[in-house]
Formats: sequence, structure tokens, C-alpha cells
Amino acid sequence: MKVERCKGFKDFAPQDMKRFRLVENIFRDICFQWGYHEIRTPTLEYLYLFTSAGTLTPGKLRRVYSFLDWDGWSGERVVLKPDGTIPVARYYIDNPQKGFSRLFYVTNVFMFEETGREPRERWQCGAELIGEKSVIADGELVMLALDVLSKLGLNNVEVTLSHAGLIRAFLDEMELDPQEHGRLFDRMLDGELKTLADIKPVKPELIQVLSLLLKLKGKSPGLLKNIRVISEKTLPGLMPTLDNFITVIDLMERTGCNYKIDLSSGKGFEYYTGVIFHFCIGQEIVGGGGRYDQLIPQMGGSDMPAAGFAMYMDDLSRIIKVEGNETINTNRVLLDISPKVVKEGFKMAALLREAGLIVELASKEQQETEYDWLIELKSESPTFVITNRKNRSKLELDSVTEAIRLLRM
Amino acid sequence: MSLRIALPKGRLLKDTSILLEKSGWDIEGYNTQMRNYRLQSKKYPEMGIKVFQEKDIPIQVAVGNYDIGICGLNWIEELLVKYPSSAIAKVLDLGYGEGVLFAAMRPEMLRETGTITRIASEYPNLAESLAERLRLKRFSILPLWGAAEVYPPESAEIVLLTSKTEKELVKHKIVNVGGLVKTKAYLIANKNSLKKKDMTQILAAITENVPPVTHEIDEANNIPIIIRAIASSTGKINANDKVRIALPDGHQQSHVCSIFEQAGICVNDYPSKTGNRRPVSNMEGVLIKVIRPQDMPLQVANDNFDLAITGRDWLIEHRYQFPSSPVEELVDLKYGKVRLVAVISREIPAENIDEWQRIHNQSRSACRVASEYTNIADNYARDKRLGRYRIIPTWGATEAFLPEDADILIENTETGGTIARHNLKIIDTLFESTACLIGSQRMITEKIKQERVKRIVTALESAVGAN
Repeated sequence: MKVERCKGFKDFAPQDMKRFRLVENIFRDICFQWGYHEIRTPTLEYLYLFTSAGTLTPGKLRRVYSFLDWDGWSGERVVLKPDGTIPVARYYIDNPQKGFSRLFYVTNVFMFEETGREPRERWQCGAELIGEKSVIADGELVMLALDVLSKLGLNNVEVTLSHAGLIRAFLDEMELDPQEHGRLFDRMLDGELKTLADIKPVKPELIQVLSLLLKLKGKSPGLLKNIRVISEKTLPGLMPTLDNFITVIDLMERTGCNYKIDLSSGKGFEYYTGVIFHFCIGQEIVGGGGRYDQLIPQMGGSDMPAAGFAMYMDDLSRIIKVEGNETINTNRVLLDISPKVVKEGFKMAALLREAGLIVELASKEQQETEYDWLIELKSESPTFVITNRKNRSKLELDSVTEAIRLLRM
Repeated sequence: MSLRIALPKGRLLKDTSILLEKSGWDIEGYNTQMRNYRLQSKKYPEMGIKVFQEKDIPIQVAVGNYDIGICGLNWIEELLVKYPSSAIAKVLDLGYGEGVLFAAMRPEMLRETGTITRIASEYPNLAESLAERLRLKRFSILPLWGAAEVYPPESAEIVLLTSKTEKELVKHKIVNVGGLVKTKAYLIANKNSLKKKDMTQILAAITENVPPVTHEIDEANNIPIIIRAIASSTGKINANDKVRIALPDGHQQSHVCSIFEQAGICVNDYPSKTGNRRPVSNMEGVLIKVIRPQDMPLQVANDNFDLAITGRDWLIEHRYQFPSSPVEELVDLKYGKVRLVAVISREIPAENIDEWQRIHNQSRSACRVASEYTNIADNYARDKRLGRYRIIPTWGATEAFLPEDADILIENTETGGTIARHNLKIIDTLFESTACLIGSQRMITEKIKQERVKRIVTALESAVGAN
């Protein structure tokens, strides 16, 4: 019978893990430097966290891995976590320490994908800033993500900006029935924002503003301000979110961030309420996030604004350049011991490892060419026969101390 | 042309039989009294025809075991809503099988209070999809084998059930809050078969005999706004000092009556000729409901009933799924004795499970275990270390699955007669099952209710002892 891996899931080979750990370590180091605290939430959560309005879109909900737990006779389902942020919000509500909080996590998330060719399990690292509503907080998250990407050697990053609040405000102005309103918003967040252009709004002035906004792509803070002036009297409902978007764009300008306004990039989660940002390298999106001020109160927590982002570790691990991949450890030792000296052999290996060397016990299958030093341990003098593979020299010794000194040189 | 066809038992049988007769298939024995699930058409003798429960047909066609099937749109949608990429093509509306799958509830429940919405149904996938569409904040799905109409208001807020008309719901004191899908019969085909096999002759014959149908939207997404108002339930409506008993419907009813008689318990209108599922008894402080025995352990676990009469097989099935469930057996009622057995085709030269496994392992393919008892079957497959296996859930008529559509069955049998008649044999006995009174380990706090429960348990114990 063929031994198979589950469709849509992948193994991380040693070389994959090197790249993965590099991304993870840089992300963790930088988050600590920015004052964020690491948490880890469970793989399994109750499904209802993700089903109520304002959490996941129906398009995403249809693809979660949910099932009845062994004690699930009540019929309530559990789910393999499909998203990193909602469990963090749940943790925050659960946790007695309330108020301002900077949190980060590294986690795997699960979402079914039809063909099995795309991954059904993805890894992401994310940061959440809870308790701060100002645009400075939005700016901090964008700059933090860019700092991580820069340390990973990825400097050609473009931040695309959209605004969930503005999209909602548009739908409000269209005076749709609540079901249609919700359905359209979800479709847009599932990546179908262009459907907005097909709707015939009750207010003709909306068409004009909508058309301008949907066409707006690039660094155009001026255009946003002009749209504000045009629509101030006719569409007052748009003003608060438009003002917020303009403030965010101004901040991006002042920080010198490489950004692009693109309202149709507002792909994401239903919980977003304000700015939505994506980090793009060429055509590839390597991360994204946004403001979600209503998520924590909707889940039963206090009225606590929040924003966050997640970066896609599978994509980052693939595109980063890892220099000197194979030669990171220059002091690799292959230790050949016979059964007679097994005790001395393990002791010797421990001492060498303490001295910072990588020591492997020899087996018949190992290629000597992969090692810097070969040591043969014998029961009689000379106890050690040490071969330096770099200069092909061979030395015979009896003292462990001398052997270690030689290898550390 | 070696096509494989899956035909329905049950409500669609009569009309399907008429349609195929008109289409000239000339099938012998496709009627309500049939004793063999394998049929043959005189016109198309090379065709493999098998009869299934309607619910099994979309799955059998989707996995490619059958090229063509006939079943209700309700069961097609139940599969497609969960597995939209299933390889099923809806080929033809056959113009019969009138009815609608309704979402329904008690009118008094149409208000927004409480914490959790319980949706009970034979259609758990459509129920989950409904909950998601309604964006219910918190919900639970209670899968049922039947009798959904009796669950509101005590045991569920919403039920999904089929009915010919909306008016018929009134007799169950429930109201329609959204028609989800029509129950009309459809001819379905496996998508790959449709591409690769020549079915023209058969399809043409059927199409000629199907009345023209008006185009309608089948997957109605138009849940009325009224249902949006019940974001959640009023919680459980329990009369604190009343003992709630679930009695079985179906063939067990006469046995229950006889034991009750010996215990001095009288239940009026049970079995009911009018389909009354809420009979009344001579015991003070007792509420009775008639439901499917398969559904009872889950209902007792959820504190919707204090006592229930079911088979031990269904209790074990429940406990394999939920090992820490509070449901336990209180009294062995010693009737309805059946054995749960592992069954294979008589053609296979194996007399026990080990021999069978040795033979099956040579095929190097995953072992297909078909059963109504999916958790018992799963547990058995693990215990016997069957290696790579698949559980195929069935809804009755499991004997029809061997040998083409399953390798082994986990089935109940009283005498072994049905198994032998289908050219099958028993290779293992898992356990024996009789009817039993079940209850919950949860403490009953109301003293009067405690005494009432005790009185019933003692009366049944003595009745059984006297047997």
C-alpha cells in the first residue's frame, strides 16, 4: 500500500526548516525589540468564534476544518484554527490583564483548498496591537512589518492600502437591505471588490465618487482630498472614514513608506473596520493586515480597538536568500568509536560538543567528505587518530585536552 | 454498455418504477415488497442495477460507484453544500417527488433571547449551511435519523424537515421560516461517466417520458427575514419536576407496550394510528415523546430527556463517538435481541476476520467498511488493525453494498436470514444487543423528580424480572 502524505499538506525538509527558522527567528527578534510579547494559542478552537458576523466571511467559513470533538454531543463543533487573529482576540478577552497590549505569534492555520495543489495548512507570523486607536498604531504595525522584511533582505516591498470602513460607508449610502449589504461586503473581502461598480446605487452622485475611487491607484493623497471636497455635501456619511483614510495616507507619506492606494485591494477578513494593508513584492502578496476595532467587543470583550498583521511564512521562506546555506557550521566532526571504547567515545563527544563543535558518531553510511574532522577513537595508544580534511593532515594523540585544543584552533 | 444504476427505495420508488416501465426498461421486482436489492432490466441486461436508500445515492454516484442515480434534490444538495466539488451532474428534473425541505420552528420561538440556537435535522450539512448564512452567533447541530417535527420547542429551536406543503407543518404546531430546497426527484450522473460513457439510449428513453417542467430556482437562497430575528434560543424549556421519557417509534412499539403493561404503566395512543408523537400516560408528572431509537442517546446526553428506551447498539454507537458522555444503561429490557456482526461476501474463502484480512491485504487497496453504525465500524476497524480503511456511512439496506461497493459490513442481525439471502456470511460477532432503558449520570436535583424516575426504573426492573 502506498504511503501518502495528506493532500494539500507538506513536509518541511531540513533545508526548508533552515529557511523557515530564519524567518521565524528574525520575526521574533524584531517583535521583541519593538516591545511585543509572544503568545501561542491552541490549534483547536470552538467554531462559534469564527461564525458570528464580523469574523470570517462565509466564503472562508465554508472551507474551515470543523468537526465534533470526543465530547461534542451538544452538537457544537470545534475547528482547526483558520485564522491567527481571532484566537488572539479570544485570548485577550480570556486574559485577566486588560488594557493596552502588544502581542505576537507564530502559528499554522488551516483552510481547505479544493484542488489540493495549494497548501491547506499555512504558517503565519503576526503581531496585534490592542487598545490603541490612533493612526500612529496603524503606522507602527506597517513599519514593524517592513522592518522584518528588510532584515530578511526584502527591501523592494510595496504597501497597498485600502479601507474597510470606506467600503462599508459606501454600501451604507447605497441603502441596500441588510442581507444584500452583508453579502456584498463579504464578496468584496473575498476579493470581488469590482462588483461594486455593477451596482446601481440610489444616489447618482455615488457613481461618480465610486468610479473615481475605484480608479484611484498609486500615490495619490491629493486625489483623496479632492474627492473629499467633491462629496462633502452630497455624501456626508463617507466623511469620517475618508478622513481616517487620508490621515493614514499622510502618515505613510511622512514616513517615506513605499505605498500605493488601491481600494480594490481590500481583500481580507470580515472583522476589518478601518485601513487594510498588504505587503507586496512584485506581484506576490507576502503579508497583510488591518484595523479591527469591533472584533473584541463583538466577541464579548470590552470596547477595545485593535489592529494587526500577519506575514505568510511559507512564501517568505521561499523567496528569501539564505547565504552560505551549506557551510554555516565549519566544525563538523565525525567520531568513529569501536564497541570497546563506547563509554569513552560518548564522553569525548560530549566534551567536544561543549566546546562548540558538531559531533556525529560514525556509521557505515556516512560520507566523510561532509566533515571537517575525522576522529578515530581506539582502546590503545595512540588513543586518537585525528584527520584534518581541509589540509589532509593526520595526527595521533593520547590526551583529550590536546585533542580538543587542536580541534578548536 | 456496462452502466451501473442506483435506484431509490422509499418515497420515490413507485413513481420511479412507473417512469422506468414507460421508458421500456422492463425491470422485474422493483416494488415495495422486493427482497433483493440487485435487479435486472430485460431491455438492458448488461446494466448493473442496485436499490439504495435515497440518501446514499448521491454519494454512491459522486464517488463513481454508479454512473446514474435517481434521488431527491434535497439529498443532492445535502451532499453538495458540504462537498461542492463532488462529481455529480444534475441531469434531469423527473417531475415527481413533490415537497420542500423547510426550516421550521415554533411560532413562540420567534424572538431574540438566550444563548444558543439548536438546529435538529436529518440534513446536518444543510443545517450548518443555514446557520452560517444566518450568521448565528452560536449554534449546535443535532443530526437526526428522523421525526424532526417533534423536537421543537424543548429540544431544538429550528428543525429542517421535508413536507409536501407548508400547511402540513401546522399539525406539528411549527411554522415555516424558509424553504431551503425542493425534494423533487432528479436523475443524476457521475460527471466522469457523463464525459466518457455512452448513455444516450437510456437518457433519451427517460427524457421522452418525463413531463416538461417549468424552470424554477431550486437552491432557494431566499430565507425570509423573519428567521433573522431568532439569533438565538430561549434556552431549554424544561418542566423541572416532570420526567421526560423518549419512546421508540417503529417495530419496537409493541414490545414496549407489553413491558409497560406488566409494569402497570398505561400510555394512550401509542402506537398511534394518526402519527401522534406526544402520547399521554397514566403516570403523574411524566412527559412522553416518540422519536427514533437511534437519536435517543444524543438526546439524553443533551438533557432533553431523562429516560429513553433504545437499543444497546445505539448506546454503544453513541459512546464510541463521545466516550465521556453521561448516558448510561439503567435497565436491560431483554427484548429485541440482535447481534452486531462483521459480514463479507460468501464468495470470499475466509471464515474469520483474520483470514479475511490476509486475503484482503493481497489486494493492497484500502478496506471499505460500510455500516449504519459508523462509530462502531470505525472502532472495529481500528481494533482489528485493518490498516488503511474507509468508513462508508449507510442509511439502511447495507446488504446491497457488498461486494461491489464495500468489502465488509458491520450490520445487526436477528436470525442471520437476511444476510444469507443476500449471499453474504458472518465472520465475526462484535456484541449482542437488546433493548434497554437509558438515562443520564447527571444528578437530578428536584426530589420529586428523583422519586418519579426511581419509581419508573423500579417498575420496569420488576416487569423485566417477571418476564
